[in-house]
Amino acid sequence: MNRLEQAAIAGVMSREVANFRTFWKATTFSSVLEPVVYLLAFGLGLGATIVNRVDGLEYVEFVGTGMVATAVIFASALPAMFGTFVKHRFQRTYDAILAAPVDVEELVTAEMLWIGIRAGVYGCFPLLVSFAFGLDPSPGMLVVPLFCFVTALGFAAFGIAVAGTVGKIDHFNYVTTLVITPLFLVAGTFFPIDQLPQGFQVAAQFNPLYQLVELVRHAAFGFEATDLLRFAVLIGFAFAMWRLAVRQMTARLID
Amino acid sequence: MLGGVNGSDGTPGQAAIELRGVVKRFGDLIAVDHLDLEVPTGICLGLLGPNGAGKSTTMRLLTGQAIADAGELRALGFELPAEAKAARAQMGVVPQLDNLDVDVTVEDNLSVFARLYRVGDVGAAVDRALELARLTDRRRAAVDELSGGMRRRLLLARGLVHEPRLILLDEPTVGLDPQIRTQVWSLVDELRSRGMTILMSTHYIEEAERLADEVAVMAHGRIIARGRPSDLIAEHAGRETAEVYGPPARLAEVRAAAEARDVRVRPAGPAIAIVGAERAVDGVTPTDAVWRAASLEDVFVMLTGEEAE
Repeated sequence: MNRLEQAAIAGVMSREVANFRTFWKATTFSSVLEPVVYLLAFGLGLGATIVNRVDGLEYVEFVGTGMVATAVIFASALPAMFGTFVKHRFQRTYDAILAAPVDVEELVTAEMLWIGIRAGVYGCFPLLVSFAFGLDPSPGMLVVPLFCFVTALGFAAFGIAVAGTVGKIDHFNYVTTLVITPLFLVAGTFFPIDQLPQGFQVAAQFNPLYQLVELVRHAAFGFEATDLLRFAVLIGFAFAMWRLAVRQMTARLID
Repeated sequence: MLGGVNGSDGTPGQAAIELRGVVKRFGDLIAVDHLDLEVPTGICLGLLGPNGAGKSTTMRLLTGQAIADAGELRALGFELPAEAKAARAQMGVVPQLDNLDVDVTVEDNLSVFARLYRVGDVGAAVDRALELARLTDRRRAAVDELSGGMRRRLLLARGLVHEPRLILLDEPTVGLDPQIRTQVWSLVDELRSRGMTILMSTHYIEEAERLADEVAVMAHGRIIARGRPSDLIAEHAGRETAEVYGPPARLAEVRAAAEARDVRVRPAGPAIAIVGAERAVDGVTPTDAVWRAASLEDVFVMLTGEEAE
Protein backbone atom coordinates (compact mmCIF):
# COMPACT_ATOMS: atom_id res chain seq x y z
CA MET A 1 0.00 0.00 0.00
CA ASN A 2 1.10 3.55 -0.61
CA ARG A 3 2.48 5.48 2.28
CA LEU A 4 -0.17 8.17 2.25
CA GLU A 5 -3.43 6.94 0.81
CA GLN A 6 -5.78 9.58 -0.45
CA ALA A 7 -8.83 7.55 0.57
CA ALA A 8 -7.66 7.40 4.17
CA ILE A 9 -6.96 11.13 4.31
CA ALA A 10 -10.27 11.99 2.65
CA GLY A 11 -12.10 9.68 5.04
CA VAL A 12 -10.63 11.32 8.14
CA MET A 13 -11.38 14.77 6.70
CA SER A 14 -14.97 13.76 5.99
CA ARG A 15 -15.32 13.06 9.71
CA GLU A 16 -14.08 16.56 10.50
CA VAL A 17 -16.47 18.09 7.97
CA ALA A 18 -19.42 16.18 9.44
CA ASN A 19 -18.54 17.45 12.91
CA PHE A 20 -17.82 20.98 11.70
CA ARG A 21 -21.35 21.21 10.32
CA THR A 22 -22.60 21.09 13.90
CA PHE A 23 -20.54 24.01 15.22
CA TRP A 24 -19.52 26.19 12.26
CA LYS A 25 -21.88 29.01 13.18
CA ALA A 26 -20.25 29.64 16.54
CA THR A 27 -16.67 29.58 15.21
CA THR A 28 -17.53 31.71 12.20
CA PHE A 29 -19.36 34.22 14.36
CA SER A 30 -16.35 34.74 16.63
CA SER A 31 -13.93 34.81 13.69
CA VAL A 32 -15.84 37.69 12.14
CA LEU A 33 -16.56 39.54 15.35
CA GLU A 34 -13.04 39.37 16.77
CA PRO A 35 -11.37 41.55 14.12
CA VAL A 36 -14.27 44.01 14.39
CA VAL A 37 -13.62 44.35 18.11
CA TYR A 38 -9.88 44.73 17.63
CA LEU A 39 -10.27 47.26 14.85
CA LEU A 40 -12.69 49.30 16.90
CA ALA A 41 -10.51 49.15 20.02
CA PHE A 42 -7.06 49.57 18.54
CA GLY A 43 -7.64 51.01 15.11
CA LEU A 44 -10.15 53.66 16.06
CA GLY A 45 -9.25 54.15 19.70
CA LEU A 46 -5.47 53.94 19.68
CA GLY A 47 -5.13 54.91 16.04
CA ALA A 48 -7.22 58.07 16.34
CA THR A 49 -5.71 59.37 19.55
CA ILE A 50 -2.06 58.29 19.74
CA VAL A 51 -0.73 57.01 16.45
CA ASN A 52 -1.98 58.07 13.09
CA ARG A 53 0.44 56.33 10.80
CA VAL A 54 2.64 53.29 11.33
CA ASP A 55 5.41 52.41 8.88
CA GLY A 56 3.79 54.73 6.37
CA LEU A 57 0.39 53.01 6.70
CA GLU A 58 -2.89 54.11 8.20
CA TYR A 59 -3.32 52.30 11.52
CA VAL A 60 -6.39 50.47 10.16
CA GLU A 61 -4.29 49.28 7.22
CA PHE A 62 -1.49 48.22 9.55
CA VAL A 63 -3.64 46.36 12.06
CA GLY A 64 -6.13 45.03 9.52
CA THR A 65 -3.37 43.23 7.64
CA GLY A 66 -1.50 42.26 10.80
CA MET A 67 -4.54 40.65 12.35
CA VAL A 68 -4.62 38.05 9.59
CA ALA A 69 -1.75 36.31 11.37
CA THR A 70 -3.54 36.47 14.72
CA ALA A 71 -6.62 34.92 13.18
CA VAL A 72 -4.50 32.18 11.60
CA ILE A 73 -2.68 31.13 14.76
CA PHE A 74 -5.82 31.17 16.87
CA ALA A 75 -7.73 29.17 14.27
CA SER A 76 -4.95 26.59 13.92
CA ALA A 77 -2.68 26.06 16.93
CA LEU A 78 -5.40 26.16 19.58
CA PRO A 79 -8.01 23.96 17.86
CA ALA A 80 -5.22 21.53 16.99
CA MET A 81 -4.01 21.33 20.58
CA PHE A 82 -7.38 21.01 22.24
CA GLY A 83 -9.09 19.09 19.45
CA THR A 84 -6.35 16.48 19.23
CA PHE A 85 -6.16 16.00 22.97
CA VAL A 86 -9.91 15.69 23.37
CA LYS A 87 -10.30 13.33 20.42
CA HIS A 88 -7.50 11.15 21.69
CA ARG A 89 -8.00 11.15 25.43
CA PHE A 90 -11.65 11.90 26.09
CA GLN A 91 -13.58 10.82 23.02
CA ARG A 92 -11.18 8.02 21.98
CA THR A 93 -11.91 8.95 18.38
CA TYR A 94 -8.39 8.09 17.26
CA ASP A 95 -8.70 4.57 18.64
CA ALA A 96 -11.70 4.09 16.39
CA ILE A 97 -10.01 5.59 13.34
CA LEU A 98 -6.80 3.60 13.78
CA ALA A 99 -8.81 0.37 13.97
CA ALA A 100 -9.78 1.13 10.35
CA PRO A 101 -7.20 0.98 7.55
CA VAL A 102 -5.71 4.36 8.43
CA ASP A 103 -2.26 4.84 9.90
CA VAL A 104 -1.02 7.56 12.23
CA GLU A 105 0.74 9.49 9.48
CA GLU A 106 -2.45 9.65 7.40
CA LEU A 107 -4.47 10.63 10.44
CA VAL A 108 -2.11 13.47 11.38
CA THR A 109 -1.87 14.66 7.78
CA ALA A 110 -5.63 14.74 7.37
CA GLU A 111 -6.20 16.61 10.63
CA MET A 112 -3.55 19.13 9.69
CA LEU A 113 -4.93 19.65 6.18
CA TRP A 114 -8.42 20.21 7.48
CA ILE A 115 -7.31 22.77 10.07
CA GLY A 116 -5.12 24.38 7.42
CA ILE A 117 -8.07 24.84 5.09
CA ARG A 118 -10.28 26.17 7.88
CA ALA A 119 -7.70 28.60 9.19
CA GLY A 120 -6.84 29.59 5.63
CA VAL A 121 -10.41 30.79 5.22
CA TYR A 122 -10.73 32.32 8.69
CA GLY A 123 -7.43 34.14 8.19
CA CYS A 124 -9.05 36.19 5.43
CA PHE A 125 -11.85 37.50 7.62
CA PRO A 126 -9.81 40.35 9.17
CA LEU A 127 -9.04 41.61 5.67
CA LEU A 128 -12.70 41.43 4.66
CA VAL A 129 -13.74 43.21 7.85
CA SER A 130 -11.03 45.84 7.30
CA PHE A 131 -12.48 46.66 3.89
CA ALA A 132 -15.46 48.07 5.79
CA PHE A 133 -13.07 50.15 7.90
CA GLY A 134 -11.33 51.71 4.91
CA LEU A 135 -8.71 49.20 3.75
CA ASP A 136 -8.54 49.18 -0.05
CA PRO A 137 -8.73 45.79 -1.80
CA SER A 138 -5.80 44.96 -4.06
CA PRO A 139 -5.12 42.08 -6.50
CA GLY A 140 -2.14 40.87 -4.43
CA MET A 141 -4.54 39.97 -1.64
CA LEU A 142 -5.79 37.03 -3.70
CA VAL A 143 -2.76 35.01 -2.58
CA VAL A 144 -3.39 35.72 1.11
CA PRO A 145 -5.48 32.52 1.55
CA LEU A 146 -2.50 30.51 0.32
CA PHE A 147 -0.15 32.19 2.80
CA CYS A 148 -2.67 31.59 5.58
CA PHE A 149 -3.13 27.96 4.59
CA VAL A 150 0.58 27.16 4.64
CA THR A 151 1.16 28.96 7.94
CA ALA A 152 -1.88 27.27 9.45
CA LEU A 153 -0.56 23.85 8.39
CA GLY A 154 2.58 24.55 10.42
CA PHE A 155 0.72 25.74 13.49
CA ALA A 156 -1.85 22.94 13.24
CA ALA A 157 0.98 20.41 13.19
CA PHE A 158 2.62 22.26 16.07
CA GLY A 159 -0.62 21.97 18.06
CA ILE A 160 -0.98 18.27 17.25
CA ALA A 161 2.64 17.66 18.29
CA VAL A 162 2.03 19.48 21.58
CA ALA A 163 -1.13 17.45 22.21
CA GLY A 164 0.83 14.28 21.46
CA THR A 165 3.45 15.27 24.04
CA VAL A 166 1.75 16.72 27.12
CA GLY A 167 0.32 14.46 29.80
CA LYS A 168 -2.53 16.68 30.95
CA ILE A 169 -4.74 19.20 29.23
CA ASP A 170 -3.74 21.85 31.82
CA HIS A 171 -0.19 21.76 30.47
CA PHE A 172 -1.45 23.66 27.45
CA ASN A 173 -1.29 26.76 29.65
CA TYR A 174 2.52 26.60 29.54
CA VAL A 175 2.46 26.38 25.78
CA THR A 176 0.02 29.24 25.24
CA THR A 177 1.85 31.51 27.69
CA LEU A 178 5.41 30.63 26.77
CA VAL A 179 5.08 30.01 23.03
CA ILE A 180 1.90 31.23 21.42
CA THR A 181 1.44 34.60 23.15
CA PRO A 182 5.06 35.72 22.56
CA LEU A 183 4.90 34.55 18.95
CA PHE A 184 1.82 36.57 18.28
CA LEU A 185 3.02 39.66 20.15
CA VAL A 186 6.42 39.75 18.45
CA ALA A 187 4.99 39.37 14.98
CA GLY A 188 4.47 43.01 14.08
CA THR A 189 0.72 42.72 14.32
CA PHE A 190 -0.17 45.77 16.40
CA PHE A 191 3.18 47.60 16.33
CA PRO A 192 6.20 47.32 14.02
CA ILE A 193 9.01 45.16 15.36
CA ASP A 194 11.70 47.74 14.53
CA GLN A 195 10.72 49.50 17.75
CA LEU A 196 11.88 46.44 19.67
CA PRO A 197 15.45 45.75 20.90
CA GLN A 198 17.83 44.24 18.32
CA GLY A 199 17.62 40.74 19.85
CA PHE A 200 13.85 40.61 19.39
CA GLN A 201 14.16 41.79 15.82
CA VAL A 202 16.54 38.95 15.00
CA ALA A 203 14.33 36.44 16.83
CA ALA A 204 11.29 37.67 14.93
CA GLN A 205 12.88 36.51 11.67
CA PHE A 206 12.40 32.95 12.94
CA ASN A 207 8.80 33.60 13.88
CA PRO A 208 6.56 32.18 11.14
CA LEU A 209 3.82 34.57 12.21
CA TYR A 210 6.07 37.57 11.59
CA GLN A 211 6.82 36.22 8.12
CA LEU A 212 3.11 35.81 7.50
CA VAL A 213 2.41 39.38 8.68
CA GLU A 214 5.05 40.72 6.31
CA LEU A 215 3.74 38.64 3.40
CA VAL A 216 0.17 39.80 3.96
CA ARG A 217 1.20 43.47 4.16
CA HIS A 218 3.25 43.10 1.01
CA ALA A 219 0.34 41.35 -0.71
CA ALA A 220 -1.77 44.40 0.11
CA PHE A 221 0.76 47.14 -0.54
CA GLY A 222 3.40 45.69 -2.89
CA PHE A 223 5.57 42.56 -2.91
CA GLU A 224 9.33 42.57 -2.30
CA ALA A 225 12.00 40.21 -3.62
CA THR A 226 12.62 38.70 -0.16
CA ASP A 227 9.02 37.52 -0.01
CA LEU A 228 9.91 34.28 -1.76
CA LEU A 229 12.33 33.56 1.04
CA ARG A 230 9.64 34.36 3.59
CA PHE A 231 7.27 31.94 1.89
CA ALA A 232 10.02 29.31 1.90
CA VAL A 233 10.36 29.78 5.68
CA LEU A 234 6.64 29.08 6.09
CA ILE A 235 6.85 25.94 3.97
CA GLY A 236 9.91 24.75 5.90
CA PHE A 237 8.11 25.40 9.19
CA ALA A 238 5.05 23.44 8.06
CA PHE A 239 7.18 20.53 6.89
CA ALA A 240 9.24 20.33 10.08
CA MET A 241 6.15 20.53 12.30
CA TRP A 242 4.40 17.87 10.20
CA ARG A 243 7.22 15.39 10.78
CA LEU A 244 7.33 16.28 14.48
CA ALA A 245 3.57 15.81 14.83
CA VAL A 246 3.69 12.40 13.13
CA ARG A 247 6.51 11.33 15.43
CA GLN A 248 4.87 12.49 18.65
CA MET A 249 1.47 11.08 17.75
CA THR A 250 2.93 7.71 16.74
CA ALA A 251 4.61 7.49 20.13
CA ARG A 252 1.34 8.45 21.80
CA LEU A 253 -1.07 6.27 19.83
CA ILE A 254 0.82 3.06 19.16
CA ASP A 255 1.83 0.97 22.19
CA MET B 1 -25.80 -9.69 3.64
CA LEU B 2 -22.83 -10.30 5.90
CA GLY B 3 -21.11 -13.31 4.45
CA GLY B 4 -18.55 -15.33 6.34
CA VAL B 5 -15.51 -15.98 4.22
CA ASN B 6 -15.81 -13.75 1.20
CA GLY B 7 -12.27 -12.51 0.64
CA SER B 8 -10.40 -13.90 -2.33
CA ASP B 9 -7.13 -14.23 -0.46
CA GLY B 10 -8.46 -16.38 2.37
CA THR B 11 -7.23 -19.90 1.77
CA PRO B 12 -9.93 -22.39 2.82
CA GLY B 13 -9.15 -23.98 6.13
CA GLN B 14 -6.63 -21.27 6.96
CA ALA B 15 -6.91 -19.85 10.45
CA ALA B 16 -8.30 -16.33 10.71
CA ILE B 17 -5.88 -15.53 13.51
CA GLU B 18 -2.55 -17.19 14.27
CA LEU B 19 -0.41 -16.01 17.16
CA ARG B 20 2.78 -17.82 18.16
CA GLY B 21 5.02 -16.97 21.08
CA VAL B 22 3.71 -13.42 21.25
CA VAL B 23 5.20 -11.22 23.96
CA LYS B 24 4.16 -7.66 24.82
CA ARG B 25 5.75 -5.76 27.68
CA PHE B 26 4.87 -2.38 29.15
CA GLY B 27 7.97 -1.50 31.11
CA ASP B 28 8.30 -4.20 33.74
CA LEU B 29 4.79 -5.49 33.22
CA ILE B 30 4.40 -8.44 30.86
CA ALA B 31 0.89 -7.99 29.44
CA VAL B 32 1.11 -10.83 26.93
CA ASP B 33 3.48 -13.65 27.79
CA HIS B 34 4.41 -16.11 25.03
CA LEU B 35 0.84 -16.30 23.83
CA ASP B 36 -0.18 -18.97 21.32
CA LEU B 37 -3.65 -18.53 19.91
CA GLU B 38 -5.29 -19.83 16.79
CA VAL B 39 -8.78 -18.88 15.71
CA PRO B 40 -10.16 -21.07 12.91
CA THR B 41 -12.30 -19.41 10.25
CA GLY B 42 -16.02 -19.42 10.96
CA ILE B 43 -16.13 -19.82 14.73
CA CYS B 44 -16.81 -17.50 17.61
CA LEU B 45 -13.94 -17.76 20.06
CA GLY B 46 -14.50 -16.34 23.52
CA LEU B 47 -11.35 -15.03 25.13
CA LEU B 48 -12.31 -15.35 28.76
CA GLY B 49 -10.15 -13.92 31.50
CA PRO B 50 -10.12 -11.66 34.51
CA ASN B 51 -9.32 -7.95 34.18
CA GLY B 52 -5.64 -7.49 33.41
CA ALA B 53 -5.25 -10.92 31.81
CA GLY B 54 -4.01 -9.36 28.56
CA LYS B 55 -7.20 -9.60 26.50
CA SER B 56 -7.36 -5.99 25.40
CA THR B 57 -3.66 -5.90 24.62
CA THR B 58 -4.14 -8.98 22.44
CA MET B 59 -6.90 -7.14 20.57
CA ARG B 60 -4.67 -4.11 20.06
CA LEU B 61 -1.86 -6.30 18.77
CA LEU B 62 -4.26 -7.68 16.17
CA THR B 63 -5.09 -4.21 14.83
CA GLY B 64 -1.50 -3.01 14.88
CA GLN B 65 -2.29 -0.45 17.59
CA ALA B 66 0.24 -2.22 19.77
CA ILE B 67 3.47 -3.72 18.48
CA ALA B 68 4.62 -7.05 19.91
CA ASP B 69 8.10 -7.34 21.39
CA ALA B 70 8.44 -10.93 20.15
CA GLY B 71 6.50 -13.63 18.35
CA GLU B 72 4.72 -14.21 15.08
CA LEU B 73 1.32 -12.72 14.38
CA ARG B 74 -0.96 -13.27 11.40
CA ALA B 75 -4.51 -12.09 10.88
CA LEU B 76 -6.51 -13.10 7.79
CA GLY B 77 -3.25 -14.27 6.28
CA PHE B 78 -1.54 -10.89 6.74
CA GLU B 79 1.61 -10.57 8.75
CA LEU B 80 1.41 -8.16 11.68
CA PRO B 81 2.39 -5.43 12.19
CA ALA B 82 3.90 -5.09 8.68
CA GLU B 83 0.62 -5.69 6.85
CA ALA B 84 -1.67 -4.53 9.64
CA LYS B 85 -3.36 -1.95 7.46
CA ALA B 86 -4.37 -4.53 4.88
CA ALA B 87 -5.58 -6.82 7.66
CA ARG B 88 -7.60 -4.01 9.24
CA ALA B 89 -9.34 -3.35 5.94
CA GLN B 90 -11.06 -6.75 6.27
CA MET B 91 -11.52 -6.67 10.02
CA GLY B 92 -14.29 -5.07 12.05
CA VAL B 93 -13.45 -3.78 15.48
CA VAL B 94 -16.01 -3.08 18.19
CA PRO B 95 -14.28 -1.37 21.09
CA GLN B 96 -14.92 -1.81 24.76
CA LEU B 97 -15.63 1.88 25.32
CA ASP B 98 -18.08 3.85 23.21
CA ASN B 99 -16.13 6.13 20.87
CA LEU B 100 -18.92 7.27 18.58
CA ASP B 101 -19.06 10.88 17.41
CA VAL B 102 -21.87 12.11 19.62
CA ASP B 103 -22.68 15.45 17.96
CA VAL B 104 -23.28 14.11 14.48
CA THR B 105 -26.04 11.84 13.20
CA VAL B 106 -26.23 8.07 13.27
CA GLU B 107 -25.90 8.10 9.50
CA ASP B 108 -22.78 10.31 9.56
CA ASN B 109 -21.08 7.99 12.02
CA LEU B 110 -21.62 5.10 9.65
CA SER B 111 -20.78 6.90 6.42
CA VAL B 112 -17.47 8.22 7.77
CA PHE B 113 -16.39 4.68 8.60
CA ALA B 114 -17.70 3.34 5.29
CA ARG B 115 -15.33 5.83 3.65
CA LEU B 116 -12.44 4.95 5.95
CA TYR B 117 -12.96 1.33 4.92
CA ARG B 118 -13.07 2.31 1.21
CA VAL B 119 -16.55 0.89 0.71
CA GLY B 120 -17.62 1.37 -2.91
CA ASP B 121 -21.27 2.23 -2.38
CA VAL B 122 -21.36 4.22 0.87
CA GLY B 123 -25.12 4.78 0.78
CA ALA B 124 -25.92 1.09 0.42
CA ALA B 125 -23.44 0.14 3.15
CA VAL B 126 -24.99 2.65 5.54
CA ASP B 127 -28.50 1.33 4.78
CA ARG B 128 -27.38 -2.24 5.44
CA ALA B 129 -25.69 -1.32 8.71
CA LEU B 130 -28.74 0.66 9.87
CA GLU B 131 -30.95 -2.30 9.18
CA LEU B 132 -28.65 -4.64 11.06
CA ALA B 133 -28.66 -2.33 14.09
CA ARG B 134 -32.42 -1.72 13.70
CA LEU B 135 -31.76 2.00 13.60
CA THR B 136 -33.18 2.83 10.17
CA ASP B 137 -35.83 5.12 11.64
CA ARG B 138 -33.22 6.95 13.76
CA ARG B 139 -30.74 7.57 10.96
CA ARG B 140 -30.95 11.34 11.20
CA ALA B 141 -30.87 11.49 15.01
CA ALA B 142 -27.74 12.82 16.70
CA VAL B 143 -25.95 10.09 18.63
CA ASP B 144 -26.38 11.83 21.98
CA GLU B 145 -30.16 11.58 21.52
CA LEU B 146 -29.97 7.76 21.41
CA SER B 147 -30.62 5.39 24.29
CA GLY B 148 -27.75 3.31 25.66
CA GLY B 149 -28.91 0.21 23.81
CA MET B 150 -29.18 2.05 20.50
CA ARG B 151 -25.69 3.48 20.92
CA ARG B 152 -24.28 0.06 21.57
CA ARG B 153 -26.02 -1.36 18.49
CA LEU B 154 -24.68 1.54 16.44
CA LEU B 155 -21.17 0.85 17.72
CA LEU B 156 -21.52 -2.74 16.52
CA ALA B 157 -22.98 -1.68 13.18
CA ARG B 158 -20.11 0.74 12.63
CA GLY B 159 -17.64 -2.13 12.97
CA LEU B 160 -19.62 -4.12 10.39
CA VAL B 161 -20.28 -1.39 7.82
CA HIS B 162 -17.68 -2.81 5.40
CA GLU B 163 -18.77 -6.46 5.74
CA PRO B 164 -15.57 -7.66 7.42
CA ARG B 165 -14.34 -11.26 7.36
CA LEU B 166 -13.29 -11.13 10.99
CA ILE B 167 -14.80 -9.26 13.92
CA LEU B 168 -12.99 -8.32 17.11
CA LEU B 169 -15.41 -7.69 19.95
CA ASP B 170 -13.64 -6.28 22.98
CA GLU B 171 -15.79 -6.80 26.07
CA PRO B 172 -18.97 -6.12 24.08
CA THR B 173 -21.27 -5.75 27.06
CA VAL B 174 -19.02 -4.47 29.83
CA GLY B 175 -20.85 -2.01 32.06
CA LEU B 176 -24.19 -2.41 30.27
CA ASP B 177 -27.46 -3.08 32.02
CA PRO B 178 -28.97 -6.56 31.52
CA GLN B 179 -31.57 -5.45 29.01
CA ILE B 180 -28.99 -3.90 26.68
CA ARG B 181 -26.73 -6.89 27.17
CA THR B 182 -29.48 -9.13 25.80
CA GLN B 183 -29.86 -6.88 22.74
CA VAL B 184 -26.13 -7.09 22.04
CA TRP B 185 -26.14 -10.84 22.50
CA SER B 186 -28.90 -11.37 19.99
CA LEU B 187 -26.99 -9.23 17.49
CA VAL B 188 -23.83 -11.27 18.00
CA ASP B 189 -25.89 -14.46 17.69
CA GLU B 190 -27.14 -13.22 14.35
CA LEU B 191 -23.56 -12.69 13.14
CA ARG B 192 -22.58 -16.16 14.32
CA SER B 193 -25.44 -17.74 12.47
CA ARG B 194 -24.10 -16.11 9.33
CA GLY B 195 -20.82 -17.91 9.85
CA MET B 196 -18.68 -14.89 10.65
CA THR B 197 -15.39 -15.38 12.43
CA ILE B 198 -15.52 -13.63 15.79
CA LEU B 199 -12.93 -13.12 18.48
CA MET B 200 -14.70 -11.86 21.56
CA SER B 201 -12.96 -10.94 24.78
CA THR B 202 -15.03 -10.99 27.91
CA HIS B 203 -14.80 -11.47 31.62
CA TYR B 204 -18.44 -12.46 31.91
CA ILE B 205 -18.78 -16.22 32.12
CA GLU B 206 -22.37 -16.18 30.97
CA GLU B 207 -21.44 -14.21 27.87
CA ALA B 208 -18.77 -16.71 26.88
CA GLU B 209 -21.11 -19.63 27.62
CA ARG B 210 -23.94 -18.14 25.56
CA LEU B 211 -22.04 -16.91 22.54
CA ALA B 212 -18.78 -18.76 22.10
CA ASP B 213 -18.31 -21.99 20.13
CA GLU B 214 -14.98 -22.32 21.88
CA VAL B 215 -13.57 -20.64 24.94
CA ALA B 216 -9.93 -19.84 25.62
CA VAL B 217 -9.26 -19.02 29.24
CA MET B 218 -6.59 -16.34 29.52
CA ALA B 219 -4.62 -15.43 32.61
CA HIS B 220 -1.35 -13.58 33.09
CA GLY B 221 -0.90 -13.04 29.37
CA ARG B 222 -1.34 -16.59 28.14
CA ILE B 223 -3.98 -19.20 27.36
CA ILE B 224 -4.29 -21.69 30.18
CA ALA B 225 -7.17 -23.79 28.85
CA ARG B 226 -9.15 -24.02 25.68
CA GLY B 227 -12.04 -25.96 24.29
CA ARG B 228 -15.80 -26.08 23.87
CA PRO B 229 -17.51 -24.96 27.08
CA SER B 230 -18.92 -28.46 27.75
CA ASP B 231 -15.53 -30.09 27.19
CA LEU B 232 -13.80 -27.60 29.48
CA ILE B 233 -16.35 -28.30 32.18
CA ALA B 234 -15.98 -32.07 31.85
CA GLU B 235 -12.20 -31.83 31.88
CA HIS B 236 -11.62 -29.28 34.61
CA ALA B 237 -14.73 -29.41 36.78
CA GLY B 238 -16.31 -32.83 36.40
CA ARG B 239 -20.08 -33.37 36.47
CA GLU B 240 -21.43 -31.75 39.55
CA THR B 241 -20.66 -29.03 42.04
CA ALA B 242 -21.89 -28.91 45.61
CA GLU B 243 -22.06 -25.59 47.40
CA VAL B 244 -21.70 -25.61 51.15
CA TYR B 245 -22.74 -22.78 53.43
CA GLY B 246 -21.87 -22.28 57.05
CA PRO B 247 -19.47 -20.69 59.53
CA PRO B 248 -15.80 -20.44 58.43
CA ALA B 249 -14.67 -23.19 60.81
CA ARG B 250 -17.08 -25.66 59.34
CA LEU B 251 -16.20 -24.69 55.77
CA ALA B 252 -12.51 -25.21 56.56
CA GLU B 253 -13.32 -28.70 57.86
CA VAL B 254 -15.27 -29.63 54.75
CA ARG B 255 -12.53 -28.24 52.55
CA ALA B 256 -9.85 -30.29 54.28
CA ALA B 257 -11.90 -33.47 53.99
CA ALA B 258 -12.51 -32.91 50.29
CA GLU B 259 -8.93 -32.07 49.51
CA ALA B 260 -7.80 -35.20 51.31
CA ARG B 261 -9.74 -37.06 48.62
CA ASP B 262 -8.07 -35.01 45.88
CA VAL B 263 -11.30 -33.18 45.16
CA ARG B 264 -10.91 -29.48 44.58
CA VAL B 265 -12.71 -26.76 46.44
CA ARG B 266 -13.09 -23.15 45.43
CA PRO B 267 -14.47 -20.06 47.14
CA ALA B 268 -17.98 -19.09 46.05
CA GLY B 269 -18.85 -15.82 47.73
CA PRO B 270 -19.74 -16.61 51.35
CA ALA B 271 -19.78 -20.32 50.56
CA ILE B 272 -17.36 -22.88 49.21
CA ALA B 273 -17.97 -25.04 46.17
CA ILE B 274 -16.84 -28.62 45.96
CA VAL B 275 -16.07 -29.07 42.29
CA GLY B 276 -16.48 -32.59 40.96
CA ALA B 277 -18.46 -33.40 44.10
CA GLU B 278 -19.73 -36.65 42.54
CA ARG B 279 -16.34 -38.08 43.50
CA ALA B 280 -16.74 -37.01 47.14
CA VAL B 281 -20.12 -38.27 48.18
CA ASP B 282 -19.60 -40.54 51.17
CA GLY B 283 -19.01 -38.47 54.27
CA VAL B 284 -17.18 -35.58 52.56
CA THR B 285 -19.95 -33.55 51.04
CA PRO B 286 -22.40 -32.59 53.82
CA THR B 287 -26.01 -33.59 53.39
CA ASP B 288 -27.17 -29.96 53.42
CA ALA B 289 -24.98 -29.05 50.42
CA VAL B 290 -26.70 -27.54 47.39
CA TRP B 291 -26.01 -29.62 44.29
CA ARG B 292 -25.94 -28.26 40.76
CA ALA B 293 -24.41 -29.10 37.41
CA ALA B 294 -20.77 -28.07 37.07
CA SER B 295 -20.41 -24.80 35.15
CA LEU B 296 -17.91 -22.79 33.18
CA GLU B 297 -17.72 -20.54 36.22
CA ASP B 298 -16.25 -23.42 38.22
CA VAL B 299 -13.62 -23.89 35.51
CA PHE B 300 -12.85 -20.19 35.37
CA VAL B 301 -12.46 -19.73 39.11
CA MET B 302 -10.33 -22.81 39.54
CA LEU B 303 -8.06 -21.98 36.62
CA THR B 304 -7.62 -18.28 37.24
CA GLY B 305 -7.99 -18.22 41.00
CA GLU B 306 -10.30 -15.25 40.63
CA GLU B 307 -13.93 -15.10 41.57
CA ALA B 308 -16.15 -14.60 38.59
CA GLU B 309 -18.46 -11.64 38.00
